[in-house]
This record gives sequence, structure tokens and C-alpha cells, in this order.
Amino acid sequence: MARGTEALLLLSDGRLPAGGYAHSGGLESAIRMGRVNDIEDLKRFLTGRATTSGAVAAAFAAAACGACLGDRLEDVSVLDDEFQARTPSPALRQVSRTLGRQLLRAMTAIHPHQLQQRLPRRLNHPVAFGAAAAMLDLEPDDAARGVLHETLMGPAMAVVKLMSVDPFDAHRALAELVPLLDTIAGDAATYADADPATLPAFGAPLSDVVAEHHAAEEVRLFAS
Amino acid sequence: MTAEETAPSPTSAPQTRSLRIGVAGPVGTGKSSTIATLCRALSDEYRIGVITNDIYTDEDARFLRAEGVLPAERIRAVETGACPHTAIRDDVTMNLLAVEDMEQDFAPLDIVLVESGGDNLTATFSPSLIDAQLFVLDVAGGGDVARKGGPGIGRADLLVINKIDLAEYVDVDVEQMVADATAARDGKPVLALSRKRQQSIDELSDWVRQLKGKYHSGEHVPTDPGPMAPHFHADEDGGYVHTHE
Ligand SMILES: Nc1nc2c(ncn2[C@@H]2O[C@H](COP(=O)(O)OP(=O)(O)OP(=O)(O)O)[C@@H](O)[C@H]2O)c(=O)[nH]1
Ligand SMILES: [Mg+2]
Repeated sequence: MARGTEALLLLSDGRLPAGGYAHSGGLESAIRMGRVNDIEDLKRFLTGRATTSGAVAAAFAAAACGACLGDRLEDVSVLDDEFQARTPSPALRQVSRTLGRQLLRAMTAIHPHQLQQRLPRRLNHPVAFGAAAAMLDLEPDDAARGVLHETLMGPAMAVVKLMSVDPFDAHRALAELVPLLDTIAGDAATYADADPATLPAFGAPLSDVVAEHHAAEEVRLFAS
Repeated sequence: MTAEETAPSPTSAPQTRSLRIGVAGPVGTGKSSTIATLCRALSDEYRIGVITNDIYTDEDARFLRAEGVLPAERIRAVETGACPHTAIRDDVTMNLLAVEDMEQDFAPLDIVLVESGGDNLTATFSPSLIDAQLFVLDVAGGGDVARKGGPGIGRADLLVINKIDLAEYVDVDVEQMVADATAARDGKPVLALSRKRQQSIDELSDWVRQLKGKYHSGEHVPTDPGPMAPHFHADEDGGYVHTHE
């Protein structure tokens, strides 16, 4: 992974100005509903997220990156539909589309690339992330790692604003998950050239329910 | 159809570009009210859109819709994840897309007003999001606030000192406050405003008309009020002044 490491760090840094900071990855609602109360709960939440939505996002990012690198842009559309089919919650669909759009909008300014004009009008976030990785000459494996990292960093950063917790503990939880994340990203990367229909579909029904509740909340800190 | 469905591709520039004006300032100084006043005064002349940035709710967008100053669909809220400062300066993407979508969906718009979530004295808009900005203070915050400085007070395109009808109740000398502010701004404009004083509303409207003229003639150059002003940190040795760069 020596080549392109800097570009991967640029793309997956939460400080990339693409609006990701406004989202908690479902954590705000999980806390409100009493499902996450302490650091052990947070770790379980992050593990659940990594092995479900995170693993799916990583596989789709890898596949989208592979499709862009191989100039199979028709596959990018199919991947987007397949991802949509794995996202039952209308609220989460909306969030994913919004984040995907924001990422591509930011990339037009940060790193103009001819691929932008040829991509479908709207893309879900993991698919957009894979495309952005390809624009930066990254590999599918990088795309998987980057999107998985982002999937967990969102809630891990949001937690300090949402409950009384030591920020070091939140990062310790992340550090303990590192081996699991490496395994998930490695598995995801094997889908780089796979038939879109065969990509994983690990569901997280509670996340879907929680996201719908959150969208209906009158007062909230995070958009999701 | 939702905004999302009608949204342009991320790469397509809006068909028409409006004059984008930011409205910043501390909590409760009257940003939403100033926007309502401007819409009321100018909506016969200009086609206007409004983007609000709220911290917890979409209260500001609701307030403006309830005021009935614009068609409700031309007022949209952006959620800033509890960081209103970030959304107008460090990471403007959400607001930028909201402005571009608004310009696209209601083309042609003449002016889009963006209200910042109420923050502190250091929060100003980046010129990558807006062309010009108002910074709103009020007399109720105290007559000395204008002397406290900061990028918004010092260098916003227009400094508004709002609620001057309340000055007598909070023992503020409006003339003195305006003079202090003018001194802090090297002569850049300062406007004493009250929604209850028509003359002040006319002055505000005229400022926007002139800005619009200068924007179209190319005379107006968007400027950044700049980074946080140098400020003081106390420490064991008595403290030091530094800047954030
Ligand atoms: N007396 C008086 N009150 C005013 C005037 N302008 C605004 N207010 C009042 O000041 C309060 C705050 O006004 P807003 O316009 O909501 O202030 P804001 O800056 O948008 O507030 P946030 O968005 O919460 O930061 C409201 O109760 C307004 O009615 C004015 O000119 N005179
Ligand atoms: Mg307001």
C-alpha cells in the first residue's frame, strides 16, 4: 500500500470538507433510545456497524473503484442500484445520497477529473467514495479501507458531543477494533471486480428503524 | 418531488448565479428578523431565496416561513451537526449545494440570503460560499460589544447594530456604539437598525440595492473578513497574544 497512501489519507480524513461532520452514523438516535449508555455499549455499536453497514459500504466502495479504474461505468450505475436495494430505510437512502453528492461536489473543487462528467447524476456515498478513490488513482483496497474508516470515525467523534464519555476511551474502542477492520477491509477488497449482484447484503434492521426515528425527531444535534 | 430528486449533477454549474449574501452574528441578535425585513422590503424588486443554518432544529426556517415573506419552498434549512461555524467557513459543502440547488430550482434568482447559525464573535463566512456578508449585533448585548472587535465586526461588508428601539431600556448610546464600530472598521459601513424604524429599513434596503449594482458591474470583490483576530491567553507568565493562522 506504499503508493497512494497520502491520497488515501486525504480522502478518508474526516476533515475533508464534504459535510460528513454533521452525521453521527445513527449513534445519536441509539443513545436517545437508551441502546448505547456507556463505552462498552459504544464498542458493541461500532462492532455492529463495522460488520454490517461498514462491510457493505467497504465492498461497494471497492467495487465502484474497480469499475471506474476498469472504465466499466455502466457497472457504477448497477452498483448504485444494488446498494440502494440493500438500504431499506428511506431516511438512510436520503443520507447516503446526500453524502455521496457532497463528496463529489467537494471533489470537483479539490481534484477536478474527467470522470465527474461521465458518472451518473446521483450516487450513494460508498459508490461515490469508490469513484473518488479512483479519481485519486487509489486502488479498490484503499477505497474499502477509507470508507470503513469513515463509517466508524463519524460515530466515534460524535459520541463526545452526545454522551458523557472520555474521548480517550472512544479512541481506545477504535484501536481495539483495528484487527477486525483490517479483516473486513481485506474481504471487501475481493469484490473489486465482482458481479454487482453478488456483493454482500449484511442487514442492520435496528439501524434502519433508528434512522427512521431520528429523521422524525424535532430536535437533534446531528443530521443522522 | 424532493429537492434531492430534482438536484443537478454535482458538476453542473447553476444556470443562473445569484448574489449570495451571508448573515452572521451572535445568537439572538436578529439575523432571522433582518432576513425577514429584507425579504419584506425587496421581494417586489428581486426574486429571493433563503437558506437557514440551525443547530438543533429548523426553527429559523419555520419562523421565516411563518412570517410569510417568501413562498415557503424558497426557504430551506441546512443541518449543521451542532457546528454552525464549520458550515460557513471550514466545510461549506452542505451550504454550497443548498445555494446551488436553490438557484437551479427557482432560476433565475437575484439574491440568496444565507443565515448562519448563531455563533460567537469569531464566526464569519468564507468567500467560497457567499459574495458579501452582514454581521449583526444588537444593542441589548451591550454598547461595548462593537469595541471588542473580531473579523465580523471589523471586516464584514456591513455591520448591523440591531434593535436600536431597545437602546433606551438597556442604557446604550446608539450614536456612541455606531461611532465605536465605525472606528473599529476603518470607515466601512455600519447601520443602526430597528424593524420598528422604517427609515433604517430603507437604508438597509438601499445598501443591498447598491451591492447588487456593484456586483453586476464587477466592482464588488468578495473579501474574506479573515481568520480569527489575535487574542489573549492567560498563563503562569501573565499570558500572550497570538493569532490563529
Ligand atoms: N425590539 C426589537 N426586537 C427585535 C428586533 N429584531 C429582532 N428582534 C427580536 O429579537 C429576538 C431574536 O431575533 P431573531 O431574528 O430570531 O435572532 P437571530 O439572530 O436569528 O437568532 P438565532 O438564529 O437564534 O441566533 C426575537 O425575539 C425578535 O423578535 C428589533 O429590531 N427590535
Ligand atoms: Mg435566526
